[in-house]
Amino acid sequence: MNLLALILLMLAGGGIAWVSERFNPKAPQWVALFVLLLAGFWVYGLWVSGDGPIYAETKFAWIPRFGISVYLSLDGLSLMLVALTLFLGVVAIASSWTEIRERTGFFQFNLIWTLAGLVGVFAALDLFLFFLFWEVMLIPMYFLIAIWGHENRGYAAMKFFLFTQASGLLMLLAIVALVYQNYATSGVLTFDYQALLGAEIDPDIAFWIMLGFFIAFVVKLPGVPFHTWLPDAHTQAPTAGSVILAGVMLKTGAYGLIRFVVPLFPEAALDFRWPAMVLGAVSVIYGGYMAFSQSDFKRLVAYSSVSHMGFVLLGVFAWNQLALQGSIVQMLAHGFSSAALFMLAGALQERLHTREMSDMGGLWVRAPRMGVITLFFVVASLGMPGLGTFVGEFLVLLGAFQVDVTVTVAAAIGIVFAAVYSLSLMQRSFQGPPNTNVETMADFGLREMSVMLVMALALVWLGIFPQAVLEMAAPSLASMGVGAP
Amino acid sequence: MIKQDFVALAPYLAVAGGIVLLMLLVSFWRSVRVMLTMTVVVLLVSLGLVGVGIGNPPHLISGFLLIDGYAALFNALFIIAAIVTALLAYGYMRGRGGEQEEFYLLLVLATLGAMTMAAAHHFAAVLLGLEILSISLYVLIGYSEEGHPPLEAALKYLVLSGVASTTMLFGMALIYNATGTLVFSELGSTDFAVPRDELYYLAGQGLLFAGIAFKLSLVPFHMWTPDVYQGAPAPVTGFLATVSKGAVFAFVLRYALITDVLAIPVMSTVLLVFAVLSMLGGNLLALLQNNVKRLLAYSSIAHIGYLLIALLAVGVLADSLIAVEASIVYLVGYFLMTLAAFGVVTVLSSSSMEVDAESIDAYTGLFWRRPLCAVIMTTALLSLTGIPLTVGFVAKFYLIATGAEGGMWLLLWALVVGSAIAVYYYMRVIFVMVQKGGGDSYTHPSVKVEGMAVLVVIGLSLILFGVYPSPLIDFVRSSIGIAGG
Repeated sequence: MNLLALILLMLAGGGIAWVSERFNPKAPQWVALFVLLLAGFWVYGLWVSGDGPIYAETKFAWIPRFGISVYLSLDGLSLMLVALTLFLGVVAIASSWTEIRERTGFFQFNLIWTLAGLVGVFAALDLFLFFLFWEVMLIPMYFLIAIWGHENRGYAAMKFFLFTQASGLLMLLAIVALVYQNYATSGVLTFDYQALLGAEIDPDIAFWIMLGFFIAFVVKLPGVPFHTWLPDAHTQAPTAGSVILAGVMLKTGAYGLIRFVVPLFPEAALDFRWPAMVLGAVSVIYGGYMAFSQSDFKRLVAYSSVSHMGFVLLGVFAWNQLALQGSIVQMLAHGFSSAALFMLAGALQERLHTREMSDMGGLWVRAPRMGVITLFFVVASLGMPGLGTFVGEFLVLLGAFQVDVTVTVAAAIGIVFAAVYSLSLMQRSFQGPPNTNVETMADFGLREMSVMLVMALALVWLGIFPQAVLEMAAPSLASMGVGAP
Repeated sequence: MIKQDFVALAPYLAVAGGIVLLMLLVSFWRSVRVMLTMTVVVLLVSLGLVGVGIGNPPHLISGFLLIDGYAALFNALFIIAAIVTALLAYGYMRGRGGEQEEFYLLLVLATLGAMTMAAAHHFAAVLLGLEILSISLYVLIGYSEEGHPPLEAALKYLVLSGVASTTMLFGMALIYNATGTLVFSELGSTDFAVPRDELYYLAGQGLLFAGIAFKLSLVPFHMWTPDVYQGAPAPVTGFLATVSKGAVFAFVLRYALITDVLAIPVMSTVLLVFAVLSMLGGNLLALLQNNVKRLLAYSSIAHIGYLLIALLAVGVLADSLIAVEASIVYLVGYFLMTLAAFGVVTVLSSSSMEVDAESIDAYTGLFWRRPLCAVIMTTALLSLTGIPLTVGFVAKFYLIATGAEGGMWLLLWALVVGSAIAVYYYMRVIFVMVQKGGGDSYTHPSVKVEGMAVLVVIGLSLILFGVYPSPLIDFVRSSIGIAGG
C-alpha cells in the first residue's frame, strides 16, 4: 500500500478537523480521533499482512535535479515507532478531550500534522525527505505550545523552536555535505539512504559530518548538554503536546542515531563511541539528579525523560545487539510511561490548577483511582522488573558492560536516582497528610481509566514478553550489520 | 537596427510604448482605475512577449544589450513584481489624497530601467537602466502627500543612491581608462586583458563594487536600508526590496560571468567579507527591531548576503551556469516571499493611520482577526525562515547545495548561523499573531479585494513551488541553456 497516501490522509484529516469547528466546537476531536483510528487500522493492516523485513515501501522521483525521491519504507523498527506514534496520538486526543475549549479546530489540526510529520520521519529513507518531515513536524508543535501552553508559553515555544531549528540546520548542512562528498567520489547525485550507505568519505570529513547529525539528534533526544529546552517545553505545553513530545518526538532523536548516524558513518561513530557513551551516562545521572530537585510535577517528569533517554544514547553507541535491543525496548517503554505520567500531570493541573507538588499531598484519599495509576507508572519509571523499562535498561546495561565497564557502572547508579525521584513524586503528591486546600477532586472517569489501563497493559506486555519486540527489530538491526540476519 | 533586433527588443518596446501611452492617457483622462487597468495590460503584454521570446537564441544588440534566456527570466520576474505592486498600491492609495495616476507611470518606468539592467552588456546600458530605475524610485518613495516619513526616506535615498551611482560611474571610468572598452565581452576577452593588478583597473573595480554593495544594501553599506524601507509606502518598499535589488544583482551576476572579475583574488575576498557580514549583521540587527518594516529590511540584507554565495560560486564552480541557476531560483523565492510579506503590511495599512501597519503590536491576535492575512504572513515568514515545503527552503537549499559543490564552507557556516539567528525574529512575529487580544486598539482597514487576491496567489505559489519545485527548476535550466532536466 502507498505510504504517502497514509501521510496525506492524516494531513487531509487535519484540514477537515480544522474546518469542522465551524459546525460544532466538539466536532474536531471526533474527526481527529476518527482519522487516527483509520490510520491506525491502516498500519495494523500492514503489520498483519506484511511478512518483513520491509512491510511497505513507496518510492518515486520527486526533484530529479538533485536526485531526490519520495522514498518511504517501513521495516520492523519503523513500523513499531509509527504504531507508537498513532497510539499515543489517540492517547493525546483522549487526554485533551475536556482540556481544550478554545480554537479546538486549529488545535486538532496541529496535533494531527505533528503526528503526520512524525510518521514521515520514521518512514523516510531519503535524506532530503527525512529532513523535510523533521522540520515540518516542528511548526505545528510550536503552535501547540505557543497557543495552548501555560503561563510561560512564549519563552518555552521559542526555546524549543530555536534549539531544534538550529540543530536542524546543522543536520541539513551535514546532509548536503555527505551527498556532495558522495557525488565527488561516485559521480551520482542522490539523497537515497541505501545509496549513501556505501559512500566513500574521507575519514576526517566523515567525522565532522557525523558530528552534524549527532548534535541534531542529541538535541532532540535530548542528551546533556543540549537538553535545556526540554524542561521548559514539556512543562509549558498542553497535555497533548507533552504526551507527543515526550512519548514520540524524543524518539526521533534516538531513531536518527540508530538509523543514520552509526550506519552511515560506522568508523567515525566508533571513534566517537566513548564520548557519546559518557554523554549518555551523564544524562542518566544528571537527569535523575535534576528530577529529584524539582517541585513542579511536570518538570520532574521532564527531567526523568532526560535520564531515561540517556540509556538509549548509551545503548546505541555501545552498538551491539543486546544494547540496541535494549534501547529499542526502552524507547517504547518510555513512550508509554512518560505519556501516562504527563497525562496524570495534565489531569492534576486541570483539577487543581497547579503543578506544584507542595500544593498537593494526600491526594490518594480524594482520588484513589488516580493514586493507583500514578503508583503503577511511578514504579514502571523506576525500573521495576516485570515492566518494560526494566527490560530496556537491563539490556542496555548488559550490552554496554561488554564495551565499557566504568561508564556502565556509572549509568547503573542512575537507576538509584530513578527510585528516589519516582518515589518522592508519589510521596509528595499522593501520600502524606491531605492538603487542606484540596477539598474535593474528581477521580478518573471511564475515558481516562481505559486509556491508562491500555498503557499499563502495554508496559506489562513489554516487561514480560519483550521477545515480540526483539524479533520485530532483529531484521532491521541485521540490515545495519548487527546480529544474525 | 535590423528586424531581428526589433523582435528581440519587443518586450522593451512594449513597455516603452506603454509608458508613452500612459503619459498621454493621464493628461487626457484622469482616472486611477483606468491607469491601473492600462498599466496591468501593458505589463502583461510585455510579459507575454518575454514568454514568446524565451526560446530564441541569444541576441546581442550592437554590443549594448544581450537579450537571452537569462535576461528573459529576470524580466519576467520584474514584470510580475511590478504587476503585484500595482495591484497592491491601488488598494493602498484608495482613500488617500493627491494625484495618484502618475504613480503607475513611474512604476512602469522603473520596471523598464530594471529590464534594461537585466540585459545590459555595456556599462552605458547599466548606467542608463540604473538611472531610469533610481530616479523613478526617488519619486515613488516620496509619493505620498501626507506625513514626513516618505519625504525623509525619499531624500535619504536620493542623496545616498546618487552618491552610489556616481561611485559606480567613476569606477566605470577608471576601468575604461585601464582597458579602453566598456563592453563586457571585450572586458572579459584576453585581447583586451590588462594586468589584473593594474592600479586603475583594480581601483575601478573596487569603486564599482562599492556602488553595487550600496545598491544591494550589503553590510557595511546598508545604513540607508531600514530608514528608507520604513519611510516608503509599503507597496513601494516591496518593489524596492525586490525589483531594485534584483536588477542590480542581474547586472552584477552577468558582469561576473562574462568578465570573470571574481577571479581576481582581492575582489572575491572583499565580496566574501561583505557576504559574511551581511548574513550575520543583517540577522543580528533584525533581532532588535519592533517595527515589521525595519525587521524585513534587515532580513532582506541578510537574504542578499545569502544570495552572494551563488555569485561567489561563479568564480569557483567549473560550470558557472549552475551558479546562475541557483541565483535565479533563489531570486524567484526571494521575490515571492518578500512581496508576500510587504503585501500583507500593505493590505493591513489603513489610509486613516499616520504610518503603515508596521509596529509589531499591530499584528497581535491577527490570526483570529484576519485569518487569511495572518496565514499568508505566516507562510511568508516561514518561507523566509527556510522551513521545508515553502519556496524559501528550496531557495536556501539551492544555495547550500551550490556552496557545498564549490566547497565554500565558511559561507555555508555563516548561512547556517545567520538562519539560526533569524528563526528568533521571524517566529516572534508569528507568536504575536497567534496570541489573543490586540483587536481593540487598532483600526480595521477595509478589505482590499485586488490586494487580497494577489496575496492569495503569491501565498499559494510559495507553497506550490515549495512542494513541487521541479517544473520551476526545469524551466529555469532550459531557459538559461543547461541541457537535460
